[in-house]
Amino acid sequence: MKALQILIDGFAISALYGLGAVGFTLIFGVSGVLNLAHGGLMVVAALTGWLAAGELGLGTVLGTLVGILAGLVAAYATYAIVVRPIQRSRAIRPEEMEIFVLTGTLLWGIMIQVGMGYLFSDNPVTMRPLLPGVLTLGGVRTPVNEIMIAALCWISLGLMWLLVNRTRAGKALLAASMNPRGLTLLGYELSHIYLLVWTIYGLLAGTAGVLLASFLGVSTANAGQLTASAFSIVILGGLGSVSGSLIAAYVVGYLETATAYLIAPTLRPIPALILLVLVIYVRPQGLLGRR
Amino acid sequence: MNVPTHRANHRGRTAAALLLTAALGLGPGAARADEPIKIGVIGEESSVAGASITKAAALAAEDINAHGGVNGRKVEVITYDDHSSAADGVRAFQRAVHQDKVAAVVASYISEVALAIEPWSARLHVPYITPGASSNDISKHVHDDYDHYKYAFHGWLTSAFIAQSICDFSHDLLVGQFHMKTAAVMSEDAAWTTPLDAQYLSCLPKAGLQVLDHIRFNPDTTDFTPIFNQIESKHPDVIITGISHVGVQPTVQWHDQQVPIPMAGQSSQATTSTFWKDTNGATEGVLTATAAAPGVALTPSTEPFTELYTKRYGVSPAYDGYSTYDMIHILAEAIQRAGSTDPDKMVTALEQTDHVGTVGRVQFYGRDSEYTHALKYGPGLVTGVVIQWQNGKQICVWPTAKANGKITFPTFVRLPKQASAQ
Repeated sequence: MKALQILIDGFAISALYGLGAVGFTLIFGVSGVLNLAHGGLMVVAALTGWLAAGELGLGTVLGTLVGILAGLVAAYATYAIVVRPIQRSRAIRPEEMEIFVLTGTLLWGIMIQVGMGYLFSDNPVTMRPLLPGVLTLGGVRTPVNEIMIAALCWISLGLMWLLVNRTRAGKALLAASMNPRGLTLLGYELSHIYLLVWTIYGLLAGTAGVLLASFLGVSTANAGQLTASAFSIVILGGLGSVSGSLIAAYVVGYLETATAYLIAPTLRPIPALILLVLVIYVRPQGLLGRR
Repeated sequence: MNVPTHRANHRGRTAAALLLTAALGLGPGAARADEPIKIGVIGEESSVAGASITKAAALAAEDINAHGGVNGRKVEVITYDDHSSAADGVRAFQRAVHQDKVAAVVASYISEVALAIEPWSARLHVPYITPGASSNDISKHVHDDYDHYKYAFHGWLTSAFIAQSICDFSHDLLVGQFHMKTAAVMSEDAAWTTPLDAQYLSCLPKAGLQVLDHIRFNPDTTDFTPIFNQIESKHPDVIITGISHVGVQPTVQWHDQQVPIPMAGQSSQATTSTFWKDTNGATEGVLTATAAAPGVALTPSTEPFTELYTKRYGVSPAYDGYSTYDMIHILAEAIQRAGSTDPDKMVTALEQTDHVGTVGRVQFYGRDSEYTHALKYGPGLVTGVVIQWQNGKQICVWPTAKANGKITFPTFVRLPKQASAQ
């Protein structure tokens, strides 16, 4: 009974972790950017979705879409205001570019968090479930919304997979992650590819944000934690590896859920962090990392 | 190079002026008659309960000034933000005293912050009232070292009395009406819940509820499923809560997961009207202790204040909004009685407080009580009320004499009678 409960709960939360982390790793793989404003973008999506669904009276479905759109806009803003100017700056030496992007996005993330805190307070908000009610699965009472969220996560991930592997633009994106110079020699405009990857990222992070709001609730105070969680999943899975991130999301999700159920809810994040430290010692490139 | 010397000279002059002022006995207490009396109010704008403090204080000052002020002087409220941090709270207090020269400070709903400020009120000899923090230690310090700590007052019930009021409510309604026999205590791990839980564990059995499980969780918890799961496995009739830093997440998850056990106790965020919106109505059926409720005339001033606040700010006051409103009035009356803002005279005047405010008749325990300077609890004084969220409204269900509705639980909640019938 408890095992089944862990299996079901862990599945949904892991799917959500995966969705949040995949965009994060994709953007690193393709453009070498580690976006530390990641949690901030999820929070923007969640709060906007909540505002649209409730205050503006658009209802849950439209609110969810508005939230995802807000995530996309926030991702574009991050790219246009913070990342691109740093990448194009002649004053910054190329070998220092990554650290400047890290610092820039970190500060941007804090600005988003504080700004959203000012507008919305740091009280957590929750979106009404897309599907209310509960279902009893093998004796475990599970909210229908939880099953729905897991399904939506996997549909989003599936769509992203199709886009990357089955379309011309997606293949170019994949090529950019392997050899950007080769791609430019073939006549591709790298900035278009960057825009595409930021679009995918924005949609994924936005979706993860609104789904999290409808599953557990989101507050501006969570921004840092959400970034840290995506960051550790991506490190565990291997920077830039999408499948590695998915596996890592499930490892972390199940480890946390099992700890919460079997040991104590208070110790929830600890074992996953210990695992992360071990992985950094033994296999610094992560589970499926390339370098 | 001249600049530093000039500054040093200037500083020297300021110091000399200060010395002179001190020598002439012109301390903060000797302000000119037309100057306003300043009261520092430390809240936290980004939290529901923290924002209620500063908003209610502004309304209280308006009310006092509209009635002629204090001894002809206006009351001016200066607000600060503690960002839920003890260090920021102390800095705000120091700034209020040293820079803004306030006569008294009303601060915080968080025990950790209130406890950090308390020694500073003792060191700087500035009367200080917390309108919302509830740790027993605040008044215990005054009791244990009165001469030193006497400047601190406790403007809302201590944790022990909050727990007692919930036990009294449980005895009257949960046991008396719904025949509940068992409970699980679920509290966030914080300074205010340590004495709360201790009192719960002692008074719930006396009220007729055997405690089957006692869970203290980290306030950073986001997923409450495992906690509800553990509670459910013990089959209690009710979950007795002690939550303030968290609120939305456990409530929404309780509702979405249809945990079949009712939730009652102290859920501070549920005391304000925004909670319905924040939880999308998931708070339906939740019972919480609070200071007062909309539409319930605890005293003649309860309803006018609730209405004024709601009209002005679009939300109803949180529990500490009521107490802040009362405490600003109580400070003004104490200054009036003392005839000055001399701290020691103010303390003596505050100790004589007998004020019918929005939360009831306010008096403070004396030196001989273990709760020195805490709010007196009991019928005819302050008991708080218990409200239940029903269809977007807070319905007062206890004390029964003031109730304007009856308890009804959501359909997914299983009650003892129904459970035994199944």
